[in-house]
Amino acid sequence: MNIDGKIAIWKDYQKHIAADKYFYVRSCVRQNFFPGSETTFLRILREELGKDVYEHPCHTTCTGIGYHGDIVPLDTMMTVVARQFALMTEAGYENLVPSCITSFGIYTEVLDTWHHFPETEARVREYLKKATGREFKIPANIAHASDVVYKFRNEISAKAKYKLVNQHTGKPLKVVEHIGCHYSKMFPDKGIGGAEYPYVLIGMVNDWGGEIVDYPERRHCCGFGFRQYLVQANRGYSIACSHKKFESMQPYKPDMIITNCPGCPMFLDKWQYAIAEMEGKTYGENGQGIPVFTYEEVAGLILGYNPWDLGLQTHQVSCEPLLDKIGIPYNAAEKYDGVNGIKLGKPEKPAVLQCV
Amino acid sequence: MKKKVIVIGGGIAGMESSAHLAALGYEVTLLEKSDKLGGHLLNWEKLFPTMRMGKDVVTFLNEGIEKGKVHVVCNANITSAIQKNNQFSVFLENNTTYLADAILVTTGYDLFDARRKEEYGYGIYNNVITSAELEGIFLNGFQIVTAEGNAPKRIGIVHCVGSRDEKTGNTYCSKVCCVTAVKQSIEIKERLPDAEVYCFYMDMRMFGMHFEALYREAQEKWGVNFIRGRLSEACENIDGSVLVKVEDTLAGKPLKMSVDLLVLMVGIEPSAGTKQVGKMLNLQFGVNRFFKTADQHTLTNVSNVKGVFFAGTCTGPKTITNTITDARAAASTIANYLSGHEIDDRIMASDIQLVALW
Repeated sequence: MNIDGKIAIWKDYQKHIAADKYFYVRSCVRQNFFPGSETTFLRILREELGKDVYEHPCHTTCTGIGYHGDIVPLDTMMTVVARQFALMTEAGYENLVPSCITSFGIYTEVLDTWHHFPETEARVREYLKKATGREFKIPANIAHASDVVYKFRNEISAKAKYKLVNQHTGKPLKVVEHIGCHYSKMFPDKGIGGAEYPYVLIGMVNDWGGEIVDYPERRHCCGFGFRQYLVQANRGYSIACSHKKFESMQPYKPDMIITNCPGCPMFLDKWQYAIAEMEGKTYGENGQGIPVFTYEEVAGLILGYNPWDLGLQTHQVSCEPLLDKIGIPYNAAEKYDGVNGIKLGKPEKPAVLQCV
Repeated sequence: MKKKVIVIGGGIAGMESSAHLAALGYEVTLLEKSDKLGGHLLNWEKLFPTMRMGKDVVTFLNEGIEKGKVHVVCNANITSAIQKNNQFSVFLENNTTYLADAILVTTGYDLFDARRKEEYGYGIYNNVITSAELEGIFLNGFQIVTAEGNAPKRIGIVHCVGSRDEKTGNTYCSKVCCVTAVKQSIEIKERLPDAEVYCFYMDMRMFGMHFEALYREAQEKWGVNFIRGRLSEACENIDGSVLVKVEDTLAGKPLKMSVDLLVLMVGIEPSAGTKQVGKMLNLQFGVNRFFKTADQHTLTNVSNVKGVFFAGTCTGPKTITNTITDARAAASTIANYLSGHEIDDRIMASDIQLVALW
């Protein structure tokens, strides 16, 4: 593989990412399944980087799951998006930062549609005005939250206590990166690095000491794909997608997976348990799985945050072997302590997948 | 006094039209930006469909230039051109000026840069090469080997790379790639009889005389496999081989296979010289960015500027056969113009606005 070819493509796909004053919108999936990631994003931006990040309590779903699931009509989706823009305008912000990849795709798609069809924008403005009395300005900048972390990857690296390096061998950790499909597959020029060789996570991993693994099924969907999972009859297709990826990446012996999408860490993590139960097969070392992280979790780890504050105890595949590889300390006894001191209870150990 | 014609571009069209214009009695100056005549033909070993050597055709073209005593100027970098009273002055970087009564533009084509088709991994995956690079292997008598130095056991050939593809901005057919793929498949099998060769195509456009026969021969005699389906992506396996994903549209099934070498049949695009000379002479470009001819059916060598004419692939993809024919037609059109019999003065039967296809 010739890295120079990729570097040339990466240069072609750069974009402007605002430097401060962000209007942050949470993800439906992430705030329920990985709330620690969004909390960590806010902590890094506010406490480490001193940025102004605003969250509006009236922000709702972007309707992305319903829209891509053919349940929510286009005009409804666009009107909901217009309302989010109105909330941002009312709050005095111009730089939209969605936590969710699908929301990022939705906002990008809507703005592109309005750019090409101004009459559609006018119609949606009318819908919003009639329904809510609200008006809005078009955002000055839209960047996915992973774009923002990418922008400040050097600053994070400068403050980091750990590197993505195996402390026993001194070698960089082998990292599989998985980009959410809606990040740049629809609009390649809206993603750092484009659609075929996205750079947004590679930039972080390289800067934080790791080594990227490129494997044949890198571009393949994680298995969420909305209707692949949400329609129960299709779930075999969902797990088949994840299975295809694991089979493809396993020969490279990756130490970890890093993701930037709500569904991807969920499915790449949980399906490893299901595949182990169904096929008796595991993909990590010693019968364990390959640990899967969000980019905020990885940033939090190298910054020295408590792994349990990041929410790593909610992962199916145990993170401890990787923490040991890097040399990150953790208190095993506190793993299932809730934030209010309430014990969360220990999960039952799977029969096949080896967990700590 | 002899009337003067400047021909810009010393490829097939420029050489053959120069020879004919000289034979018709004009004083011809052929300006070529590189250090020798022949253009892309110099990089091609054998030609479809006859498998005759490309250098034979170069010899034929050179003889015409020599016999006609064409004034050949290589390393000619044109900086500007002006037209005054049906006379052209063409200025070169070395401060030389050439005068002419007519200009023939034969600025040809460039090959599509396969890196722009990002999902096929050219320039990234070591075992993805272009048809031009494969031809270079044939021309130089090299062995066909993978990046790892092994003889490939399975080779994939992808048609329409940079042709008929909205994503790359080239919606037209490049015309010569299908038959080139057939030719190169046979040449691979001649050298590596045990290798499997798979061509992934959209349509097999075997429009030229004997092309269909060559296509049959590739299948029946050489066992080349033709699969109707366009590649969605190529990826690199851990051993350096290339994983391709394609839909077999005849079987109606998605197909995934690994090949040791993937050859991309790169298409034809207007050359950088075409763009440069076009701007310099205020020539019109069509929707596909090649030169727009005065009429699609009847004035295919005539430009929008009086006294400037076209020949060859600067107006669209052509085979060598068609380019030579076009070059001679252009010479004839210029002769008509210089003797006062302009063909664009003729009136069409109807004055219906033609669909602007190019």
